[in-house]
Amino acid sequence: MGLEDLQHNFLTGQLEELVKWARRNSVWPATFGLACCAIEMMSVGAADFDISRLGMEVFRASPRQADLMIVAGRVSQKMAPVLRQVYDQMMEPKWVISMGVCASTGGMFNNYAIVQGVDQIVPVDVYAPGCPPSPETLLHAILTLHEKIATGAITRRPPAEPLPPGRDDRWTPEVPDAVRVSTPR
Amino acid sequence: MSTDVRDDQGAGPPAGTGAATGPGAAPVPEGVAVRRVERPGLVAETSEGAQELSERERTADVELGLEVGSVLRLPEGAVVDPSDMNVERRDDETMIINMGPQHPSTHGVLRLMLELQGETVLRTKPVIGYLHTGMEKTAEELSYVQGATNVTRMDYLSPLFNELVYSLAVEALLEVELPPRAVWARMLLSELNRLSSHLMWMATNGMDLGSTSMMIYGFREREMVLAFFEKTTGLRMNHNFIRPGGIAADLPDGWEDDVTVICDTVETRTYEYDELLTGQPIFRERVEGVGTLTAEEALALSATGPLLRSTGIPWDMRRTMPYLAYDQVDFDVIVGTYGDNFDRYAIRLSEIRESIKILRQVIEKMPPGDYRTSDRKVTPPPRARIDESMEALIHHFKIFTEGFEVPEGEVYVAVESPRGELGCYLVSDGGPRPYRLHIRAPSFVNLQTLPVLLRGGLVADAVAVISSVDPVMGDVDR
Amino acid sequence: MTTTEVPKSGGTQVEEVAFPGRDRYLEVVADYRGSGFETCSDLCAVDYLRHPGRRLPEGVAPERFEVVVNLLSLSRRQRVRVRVQVPEHDPAVPTLFPLYPGVEAMEREAYDLMGISFEGHPDLTRILMPEDWEGHPLRKDYGVGRVPVQFKEAPGPR
Repeated sequence: MGLEDLQHNFLTGQLEELVKWARRNSVWPATFGLACCAIEMMSVGAADFDISRLGMEVFRASPRQADLMIVAGRVSQKMAPVLRQVYDQMMEPKWVISMGVCASTGGMFNNYAIVQGVDQIVPVDVYAPGCPPSPETLLHAILTLHEKIATGAITRRPPAEPLPPGRDDRWTPEVPDAVRVSTPR
Repeated sequence: MSTDVRDDQGAGPPAGTGAATGPGAAPVPEGVAVRRVERPGLVAETSEGAQELSERERTADVELGLEVGSVLRLPEGAVVDPSDMNVERRDDETMIINMGPQHPSTHGVLRLMLELQGETVLRTKPVIGYLHTGMEKTAEELSYVQGATNVTRMDYLSPLFNELVYSLAVEALLEVELPPRAVWARMLLSELNRLSSHLMWMATNGMDLGSTSMMIYGFREREMVLAFFEKTTGLRMNHNFIRPGGIAADLPDGWEDDVTVICDTVETRTYEYDELLTGQPIFRERVEGVGTLTAEEALALSATGPLLRSTGIPWDMRRTMPYLAYDQVDFDVIVGTYGDNFDRYAIRLSEIRESIKILRQVIEKMPPGDYRTSDRKVTPPPRARIDESMEALIHHFKIFTEGFEVPEGEVYVAVESPRGELGCYLVSDGGPRPYRLHIRAPSFVNLQTLPVLLRGGLVADAVAVISSVDPVMGDVDR
Repeated sequence: MTTTEVPKSGGTQVEEVAFPGRDRYLEVVADYRGSGFETCSDLCAVDYLRHPGRRLPEGVAPERFEVVVNLLSLSRRQRVRVRVQVPEHDPAVPTLFPLYPGVEAMEREAYDLMGISFEGHPDLTRILMPEDWEGHPLRKDYGVGRVPVQFKEAPGPR
């Protein structure tokens, strides 16, 4: 029982907008700073590139209280199960920003020790490129995520697509949509 | 998946079925159908096996000896009897807890396993490797020009130091002579980086102790330094600017004014930090006497940097084994007395002031001239020359594709990074890529002092002590 | 014993490198410790599989692995290096832990990444790789583990 069960109509449309407004203006990140990108993430949380104006300055240590996981830094083979565990502990709705090239694709470290892209472990909503991405880039990624939350549907989830052949049921079931949003300058 | 459905006529599990009722299974109520399902694919928790801290009865006595630092306090020739170690065996009262690897206060992905007796910490075991990037292996695949991009990401709070030690090692094998401006510019950047790293430490240390204002202040100052770095090197972090042969580009016009502004601002602000923290009774109570280290322990555990200086040993490689042009500038080496958290805090704060002193002298004494060696086999020619000279074009091509070759040999070079002795052991086989690059990471070695620092203290102080050791996990795990 | 001259900006630094055999390794390091080398800066291992023809002094038989120890004397402001040859069929050396407890983590790293065991080490387990990892990544016969990347097969330093 929840918003998803209501039929999508004129009345619930306004409710959806309210819910989406609330969700995107108070996205609380979970601390998942791993390497150099974590320092840039901390800079975004500090005074010069304040994310407190977006309602996000409370970095929750407990994943249960967080909405957003910003994977900031390179994910090593030893860290991968921990990443998945923390992601699983987060409550729906949850989003993932993959910050930096190491988290997005493995970056400059194409070797035995680094997972080549965190989207092999968790579904990612926004990728922020850079090594490290400057705080402006991360803010852009966060604003892109806000747009995605604003334009996404919450009462009418699309039916689960049949899996392509060759993929079995125990693979992560959530498929992220590719969103191309142009943020006005 | 195996299912085990019992109907309401069973009185209890038959004696042979071990799978249905394991040691953790709840007792089955009478008359209730029960289904137990196994899901083998789900990872229940991460386990690093033998790397973790295990209970006392499963730990060898010689490893238990690590906790009392027994080896450190014996006179020469004495022999340790391992069976003397296990004297506090009251297992029902000790508890092993796990901190991390995802934790807001462990400075990155450090996992700490603590054995507690009540609130007192007995044994500590740092479990590392969660950021292992295989950088030493990657370095064997990259040419010497590309090597700085790899090395700079190890200690990501002081990236220019990694590049500096790497470049110094390569130049030692190449036997090139650097122009003085390159040397002094490297010194300028190193001291600015020390400034930004210590400011970052003040910020995170304040945050770990609960002072959010200190976090904001530290980052505010740091932004000024990073803005200068962006102007000079092009990037705020991980610059790849100090390369073998000199620096990548000349300092921008007006850099003296920028650096002077930084020096003046940060210097006045250090007095604000003194007001906020140094004299404040709450802060003093929390850091004085906490995490004490003696000089013998520090030396035995190969600790360097502020950790070693806080115990009273005046070892700062900029003064004792000077590199670059540190013998031509005047600065003090800050030494502590008690080896506790407060000493390390005071040392780092004072080192900020000393770095400002050095920066002012560098501004005055910066020599003009070339910013990199003119040996075209090592540094690329200026871009304008490529259109004019065939030789310049060939050098440019060779350097950026195959790279230059370094004569066969091995060298160990060390610099004083904000965390301690950062060393580079480079083995070359005469080719364009390093044969073996090993970085002696100060944080990796300093972490060994954690069990000694935390022993006997309260678990609430653990975070403060870790913060004062200042580990950077990129350095630890490489 | 050999010395090499290493020029550095500001002066010349002379490096002293000792090449004891495995049997005399502990003795040589203990001698250095007794003569004022209070701390061990660094201990690492090198795999010379692809470079067997390196320059070694007379009387030192090259093996596949080397354990390199850099010692530091604060009182004399001097460094010395000790290089021990370790054969491939028996990659074990005595541990320096009783002399320098600070090598504990460094020896674990050499064991983890190179596969050299240190006899007498209090806790010789993997430190950087996950516990169930097979192989020793820094060895020369262990691949980098590159994943093929589209459009990036041009020859070059990588």
